[in-house]
Amino acid sequence: MNLSAIKQSWFGNIKGDILAGMVVALALIPEAIAFSIIAGVDPMVGLYASFCIAVVIAFVGGRPGMISAATGAMALVMVTLVAEHGLQYLLAATILTGIIQIVMGIFKLARFMKFVPRSVMIGFVNALAILIFTSQLQHFVGESWQMYAMVAGALAIIYILPRFTKAVPAPLVAIVVITLIAVYTGSEVRTVGDMGELTQALPLFLLPDIPLNLETLMIIFPYSLALAVVGLLESLLTAQIVDDMTDTESDKNKETKGQGIANVVAGFFGGMAGCAMIGQSVINVKSGGTGRLSTLTAGVFLMILIMVFNDLLVQIPMAALVGVMIMVSIGTFDWSSLRHLHLMPKTDAVVMVVTVAAVVLTHNLSIGVLVGVLLSAIFFAAKISKVHVHSLQVEAGRKKVYVVTGQLFFASVNEFVASFDYKESCEEIDIDLKAAHLWDDSAVGAIDKVVLKYQDNGTKVNIIGLNHESSILVEKRAVYNKPDAKAANH
Amino acid sequence: MFDKILLASDGSEHAIRAVEKALFLTRNNSNAFIEVVYVVDRDKSKADVLQNWNAADIDLKRKEKLAFTEQKLKHAGVRYQINILHGDPGPSIVKHANEKAFDVCVIGSRGLNSLQEMVLGSVSHKVAKRANCPVMIVK
Repeated sequence: MNLSAIKQSWFGNIKGDILAGMVVALALIPEAIAFSIIAGVDPMVGLYASFCIAVVIAFVGGRPGMISAATGAMALVMVTLVAEHGLQYLLAATILTGIIQIVMGIFKLARFMKFVPRSVMIGFVNALAILIFTSQLQHFVGESWQMYAMVAGALAIIYILPRFTKAVPAPLVAIVVITLIAVYTGSEVRTVGDMGELTQALPLFLLPDIPLNLETLMIIFPYSLALAVVGLLESLLTAQIVDDMTDTESDKNKETKGQGIANVVAGFFGGMAGCAMIGQSVINVKSGGTGRLSTLTAGVFLMILIMVFNDLLVQIPMAALVGVMIMVSIGTFDWSSLRHLHLMPKTDAVVMVVTVAAVVLTHNLSIGVLVGVLLSAIFFAAKISKVHVHSLQVEAGRKKVYVVTGQLFFASVNEFVASFDYKESCEEIDIDLKAAHLWDDSAVGAIDKVVLKYQDNGTKVNIIGLNHESSILVEKRAVYNKPDAKAANH
Repeated sequence: MFDKILLASDGSEHAIRAVEKALFLTRNNSNAFIEVVYVVDRDKSKADVLQNWNAADIDLKRKEKLAFTEQKLKHAGVRYQINILHGDPGPSIVKHANEKAFDVCVIGSRGLNSLQEMVLGSVSHKVAKRANCPVMIVK
């Protein structure tokens, strides 16, 4: 990248970027606090993470204008780690997550995203939305009617205000209004301050306080791997969305490495692992932010707000945050997938539903993605393993031609071998493979089996129409065309 | 004469009716030029990317929406150009119309009732109100 391109990505849109960055910072605060509470850590952990990640990714990310910070998807993955081992292990896991992502970036693994089918991606966002929603239900336990009224009030403001003005972010207005109501009525509802510490200090560089041994690694590695995968999935999806919104391209491998660097830094400065945020990135672009400056502004302004308004932040009632989180979950869910569910291919719909179910049951997004990808692979193999063989008599019944259409590989060979009639009355047989492709050893073995079976019955067999790749495979591995051929050689 | 015609289209039925009226304006005018503008609504980006994840080209699907329009223009033998913009439909069309100084802007009306209009917002009304050129709203 040359100097003028760097300058353009930083200072091409100064006014728009700074304004949009400030809007995003305001919207980030409640989310960062709420995601910390989901993960089971102090609100500071999410806020420090959001600050570190946003600032670092502004410099090293591959997608200018995209917002990365503490996210719900990552928070949900780390819940059990925090509950069982505590914050220090989470910080170590965050650093390891970053290292894994850097390695993935160096090896350019972003291209493997193509193996995640669309139905799994849709299942991923829908499952994420459902988990964010259900994680809020615990806040209603043991609360009075006031809690319900405040959540309803917050949601009403969030959804009705934009009809009249879009100048101020509606969630922010909802939080301010609900906080004022709670403070002035002296309501007993729980506040952010009750959920954990919120300090006025800047993040400090610290090494996680954990024993550096194999046992620790065994504890954090599964979590780090899951975090790395989930983080990249959401980040690259978001990058694609920002690409589309701004009609520009972005470097996915650079973004992968950037996410890794940002997480390493976050871990050392007491933050939890994060990734790109779809909702915030959309807000940023729609508010006019397209450059790196918008992401940097979001991070820096977030920190300033925490320092200045610390006393007010602790007074925010949980009801207001729950309202914002319900909005986030509604916004995350892909509603068009419900409308199109009956139009989707059956197998796609099944994959989507199974992905969602796997996540909701295990509370782990990475397991859902793995199950979804495997299931799609099986469906794909099943679909493509359909081989058609049809025969026709030629030369007054002395010769028969079998025409094979389809892909010959381990999953389709049984069907292939069974489609021949081995008690032929004719003298010669052609097997026409023009419209077929041999993919593996099983395919060659199947051809051998068919040919040798006919030869045992004294029928002459010609294999015709092999394409180039298939004939190379036959040349190397087949036995039927070599002297003293026996099927048992396979 | 209207030489430079802006045709705002989303490929819908209403937009197709607008195409016919735009073509009507070009009759007996060999200088006429139609620019078809399709605005990709940024609110739909997320759904579109998810629906087209791993698909070869997301833009291809959008161009397909305009295929019928394009066919009509070709058939009529008018000079035309297709332009895909990204942004909020209303403001983007207004900005484009004002920047490139069109003689007229032709746009279809979705025919919403007043409740739908309050919730969804009328693109054609916004354009009519804020564009500097004459605007023809096709019902």
